[in-house]
Amino acid sequence: MAENKTYWKNTEQLNSESRLVDQLKQKEFAEYIPVNEFLGDQENLEESSASRRDFLKYVGFSTAAASLAACEGPVIKSVPYVVQPEQIRPGIANYYATAIADGFDFGSILVKTREGRPIKIENNPDAPVLGGANARVHASVLSLYDTKRLQGPKGNGSNISWDDFHLQVGAKLNALAATGKEVVLLTQTFASPTTTNIINDFLSKFSNVKHVNYDTVAYSDAVDAFEAAYGVRGLADYDFSKADTIVSVGADILGDWQGGGYDSGYSKKRIPKKNHGKASMSKHFQFEANMTLSGASADIRVPATPSAQKNILAHIYRSLTGTQVSGNLSSAHQARVEQAVSAIKTAGKNAVVVTGIHDLGAQQIVLAINNFIGSVVMDSQSPRLIRQETGSGVGPVIDSVINGTLGGLITVGINPVYSASNGAALAEGIKKLDLSVAFSMKEDETASVSQYVGALPHYLESWGDYEFKAGHYALAQPTIRPLFDTLQFQDALLKWNGSNQNYYEAIQSNWKSSILGSVSWNDVLHDGYFSTSQKSRSRFKQADVSSAVAQLSSAKADGIELVLYTKTGMGDGQQSNNPWLQEFPDPITRVTWDNYLTVAASDAQALGLKNVNVANGALNGSYANVTVGETTLKVPVVIQPGQAKGSVGLALGYGERKGLQDEMQVGVNAFTFYNQAKDVQSASVSLADGFHEFACTQLHNTLMGRGDIVKETTLEVFNTKDKSYWNAVPMVSKNHMEQEVTSPEVDMWQEFDRSIGHHFNLSIDLNACTGCGACVIACHAENNVPVVGKTEVRKSRDMHWLRIDRYYSSDDTFEGDLETKENISGLGDSLTTFGRMEQAAENPQVTFQPVMCQHCNHAPCETVCPVAASSHGRQGQNHMAYNRCVGTRYCANNCPYKVRRFNWFLYNKNDEFDYHMNNDLGRMVLNPDVVVRSRGVMEKCSMCIQKTQKTILDAKLEGRQIVDGEFQTACSAACSNGAMVFGDINDKESKVSELKANERMYHLLEHVGTKPNVMYQTKVRNV
Amino acid sequence: MRKIYLRAFALLKNFAFLIVLTNVLFVNAQEADPVAGKKLFNANCAACHKLNKKAVGPALKGVSAKYDKEWLYSWIKNSSAMIKAGDAQAVAIWEEYNKTAMTAFPQLSDADIDNIIAYTDYTPPASAATTSQVAVAPAQDSFSNDIILAALALVFAVLVVMLYLVNQTLHKIAAAQGVELVAKVEKPTRRPLWQAFAQNQFLVLMSVVFLLLSSAYFAYGYFMQVGVDQGYMPVQPIHYSHKIHAGANQIECKYCHSSARVSKHSGIPSLNVCMNCHKNIAEYNGEEDLENGYTKEFYTKEIKKLYAAVGWDEENQQYTGETEPVKWVRIHNLPDFVYFNHAQHVEVGQIECQKCHGPVEEMEVMYQYSPLTMGWCINCHRETNVKVESNAYYEKIHEELSKKYGVEQLTIAQMGGLECGKCHY
Repeated sequence: MAENKTYWKNTEQLNSESRLVDQLKQKEFAEYIPVNEFLGDQENLEESSASRRDFLKYVGFSTAAASLAACEGPVIKSVPYVVQPEQIRPGIANYYATAIADGFDFGSILVKTREGRPIKIENNPDAPVLGGANARVHASVLSLYDTKRLQGPKGNGSNISWDDFHLQVGAKLNALAATGKEVVLLTQTFASPTTTNIINDFLSKFSNVKHVNYDTVAYSDAVDAFEAAYGVRGLADYDFSKADTIVSVGADILGDWQGGGYDSGYSKKRIPKKNHGKASMSKHFQFEANMTLSGASADIRVPATPSAQKNILAHIYRSLTGTQVSGNLSSAHQARVEQAVSAIKTAGKNAVVVTGIHDLGAQQIVLAINNFIGSVVMDSQSPRLIRQETGSGVGPVIDSVINGTLGGLITVGINPVYSASNGAALAEGIKKLDLSVAFSMKEDETASVSQYVGALPHYLESWGDYEFKAGHYALAQPTIRPLFDTLQFQDALLKWNGSNQNYYEAIQSNWKSSILGSVSWNDVLHDGYFSTSQKSRSRFKQADVSSAVAQLSSAKADGIELVLYTKTGMGDGQQSNNPWLQEFPDPITRVTWDNYLTVAASDAQALGLKNVNVANGALNGSYANVTVGETTLKVPVVIQPGQAKGSVGLALGYGERKGLQDEMQVGVNAFTFYNQAKDVQSASVSLADGFHEFACTQLHNTLMGRGDIVKETTLEVFNTKDKSYWNAVPMVSKNHMEQEVTSPEVDMWQEFDRSIGHHFNLSIDLNACTGCGACVIACHAENNVPVVGKTEVRKSRDMHWLRIDRYYSSDDTFEGDLETKENISGLGDSLTTFGRMEQAAENPQVTFQPVMCQHCNHAPCETVCPVAASSHGRQGQNHMAYNRCVGTRYCANNCPYKVRRFNWFLYNKNDEFDYHMNNDLGRMVLNPDVVVRSRGVMEKCSMCIQKTQKTILDAKLEGRQIVDGEFQTACSAACSNGAMVFGDINDKESKVSELKANERMYHLLEHVGTKPNVMYQTKVRNV
Repeated sequence: MRKIYLRAFALLKNFAFLIVLTNVLFVNAQEADPVAGKKLFNANCAACHKLNKKAVGPALKGVSAKYDKEWLYSWIKNSSAMIKAGDAQAVAIWEEYNKTAMTAFPQLSDADIDNIIAYTDYTPPASAATTSQVAVAPAQDSFSNDIILAALALVFAVLVVMLYLVNQTLHKIAAAQGVELVAKVEKPTRRPLWQAFAQNQFLVLMSVVFLLLSSAYFAYGYFMQVGVDQGYMPVQPIHYSHKIHAGANQIECKYCHSSARVSKHSGIPSLNVCMNCHKNIAEYNGEEDLENGYTKEFYTKEIKKLYAAVGWDEENQQYTGETEPVKWVRIHNLPDFVYFNHAQHVEVGQIECQKCHGPVEEMEVMYQYSPLTMGWCINCHRETNVKVESNAYYEKIHEELSKKYGVEQLTIAQMGGLECGKCHY
């Protein structure tokens, strides 16, 4: 690496005297083999007095018994269809286009079904809007098979039929209508034209009913500001593929901000493509408090507390428009703001400013700035319609429930008792209502206090129509017959309206009459999306922002600022019973199964909060008492490099207790702090007793001290210097001659001729990767990767075939740090020097690096397997024959990339691991083309050989050549950012061949000489 | 022998039928020809009509008694016109048979129709006697066998007695003539062979080694066949005879196992596929295997099982909607960790089903023909050439590989068909 920069995964690594780091370098399997656990009952085992001879007797007997029992095979029954549906052929997958709209995640997707069971979610790359699924959407297929789902409607706690449900609720509605008492229909944002019609019919039938939208994580300020400016309720949309300069003030544009899905456009502009010898890419400034995905990808990330962000936004506005602003920024911020403003001015209309500050004024200022610079990145003409809550809507409703002034409450697709800050009082209020109906998929906090519970189907069992963005529609269709006795809310409402249509018919007639025009319904249903040309243009109405600017510029923090955010894996928490998502490591902290308070290192020191790595590499963290207003929670602490001093972060979506398996009831409910649906709260933090045990994948799988794995350079160097300067191939000496390690001269092995047939390669672009983790979940779903649970993850036994390593950088090297520390003389010097060394960790640069099996052509794992379970295919894949493996784990020890995973236990049909593979319902998600591995077997990424083989077979059956783009792995298909490109390098026209010849290309640990078939593209930063 | 007898009997029956028919023909030469009528009936009517039973349309036995001949002519030539015209009888039939109009047969002449009617009216005489003969035949057969055996046994017994008597007589003659019969001479006692063997240590050692090796060989052989279910022939819930379907009736394998063309599974046909034919084939009329009890009645009973499973009401010729899926016993079980794709072998490789599944068309009861072991798979992959002809996928790779290996025909192994990961993932 040309840059004199050091990467580290954990602050512990900076401490060069740490025994722990050293220990982990030496030993991959830090834990000893748990023989006693293996044999089962540890306590009894210790007490038992069986002698060696007894043991041999048992072994002899059980071996004999087992081999005798094995002589008779089981009788397996095959039950074919009585009447086979025309479109189902056993063994062949069908794909359906549909859409998800759960109130938090919206998007067009494709669903892969086998024998009528949905087993995987795929992106819908043709859809013009929200066609890329994130990690949660990929995992949502497992939520379909959730054992905790409601299996039928309930009335006053007991199961009733839908007929009774309609009868009783209808009677109560009529009674309330007669008395004129108000009923509120509190729903998630549907963004559905037909649902809007149905609700309007309902409202006109029952004049005492009011409809209020409720977003679990609200964007009411942005929606209100947009409505004031353009007259439409929506969110300004952004196309970052048009941006040259992006200035984000507290907006996690690569995360869940405004519904997410901006990363694919963003990544398009992040890949430096040389044009006349000069490459260009967008420049991204990020001012933020918590370390987010956006901050991690930004070229210039500036830690700033929420109040400082407000000041910064006001100053950006001032610098651009020349308005007078009082107050001064800190010098660090001032310099960065000036830099950002000059970049905006250079980019002109290709610049954009976005903000995530939940403040009407801030949102108005952003709209004003983008209009001022005439930004083409912002699309105000076709806003996103997927967040509809108004600032003044929900609060009064909840108050009226608590006061008892409301007659009835119907909630749909939401769980306000859990997600409102005054949930406990709300629950008491709901119990006293004349009528309370909760439409929900599980018996959650709200459903369990409501009189009537309408069991909702999963979205994969439902019809639906959506308008995600004005003029851009999507259709949802069921991909499986409802598993349980469920009914869509719209169907119930149609019934109450006295309509004889069902929801499907209502959608169809609405679309045919008012949306489709001359386009065929079947075509749209097939594609899953539909766009109309833009109707009238709405004009920007400039609001007077001077008071807002004044207010922002004078904003000051009052105590520690708590920033509530949503985690990439959990979102608003509605899929918290999904084990894939619970075990998904957070891209930034790499912690699974938890939420936690992220604290800046200096604040932690001041408060006495600690993170400790214990002997086996697991992470322990102090607890802190966090108090907002009257509420106090005891929260574990993770010290987060890059966290703005004076701010702490806490993820929403955890701590749910109803409708969840015991194993999933983890974390604390941060919604109790979510007062007035504001994500920033003023809090006080103090040290509490005890240590929390995290299941963190952070210190695991260190690369044994071999650095040089993330190559990084700057755009300037990239443009001006030769490749050998910033992406040099390592040299080795042979006969005192320096030679490139890739040269056949220095090769220990005979090269196998792979020029014939297919030769698969995977390219991963570190510039385009935002760390979103969609690939991790897609890999889980495709390859039947087991979930092992929190305690096992803590013991470094996570089974993810694909991990996304996150590296923090500092400007010093490890050696430099060591030298600095050696040279300390005296107490005074040590204080200042240690302080300076800590400075490096204050705001690190971050790089994400997805790592899976590298499929080395000269694989170290293959040569050490005593039973030849690991072998190499001529198509470049490193094969793993599970049935041959005897579990010596030599291969994992010999793998320089630490990508092999060992099945320490049987993870299916085992009550100790009570996740989806332990029940019939959950097992329906398994991919029938991939083996479910058993105990004692090594497993790893197969480069989705089942998918490549399928592609080849399809071509053979059709008698044709394969075209580029047909070969896909689960991860490359899931990557909507274009970071992962898979293909055949023997096809010289293919994209992956082009990438292999790219000058940014390098291999991981090239000096080892393993010749991997996975390559990386050097990260280029535009600083 | 028995078979020959049966076949001869069948011939005889046909012959008798022919004679009777010719008699009828001779008598009714002027009126109509039931032999020609039978041909016409089979060609035109049999798809929907049976003689004695309701099928899609009514049973046709004695149809001339029910309807006027002229009416029948016009009905057969164009029934829908009659229904439209409002003919009372026509509308009644139309109503009765679910408002399905009968196909019009304008090509049939009045004479043809006469022939068909003659056939439907025809009753073969004296069939009662023949059936009783059939029933008796097997009993007679086994009876005669027993008699022969008993007779033989008797002859042997007589022979033994006679020989004994002859021997005694000879002894008496010898005694009378003073010939001394020499008793056995005592031989000098020798060391028994086993003792000599036991004292030869080398021999003992060799035989122990031999014994150990051979028992190891047999033990290995025994353990290697554990889990290999070659010859596995379970009893199925419905006695489905591949011999009748694929053998006698020559139904192509992939007509029923259609997903073998496109999918990894060959698929057990769903019951609606059976009903494509069995809507019209309600009883078995083919050859019988009386030795195993596979009589016509037996097979017909199995067809009724199908009807019960699929919910077919034979009386009214319609589905009741009450179905009961058939739980077949799976015969070919590959372990989960093996990926096998039928389409690859059957469609791309153009391999006959029989290559792995054996002579299915001769199997009365289906069984596992091949061992389905990995060695068996691998052997075939080593020996079989890839079918590259007229498959554009293989064009480039075949050309390059055949250059590399210097052969014209590539085996699957040379294409990479022995790699672990091709079947195990």
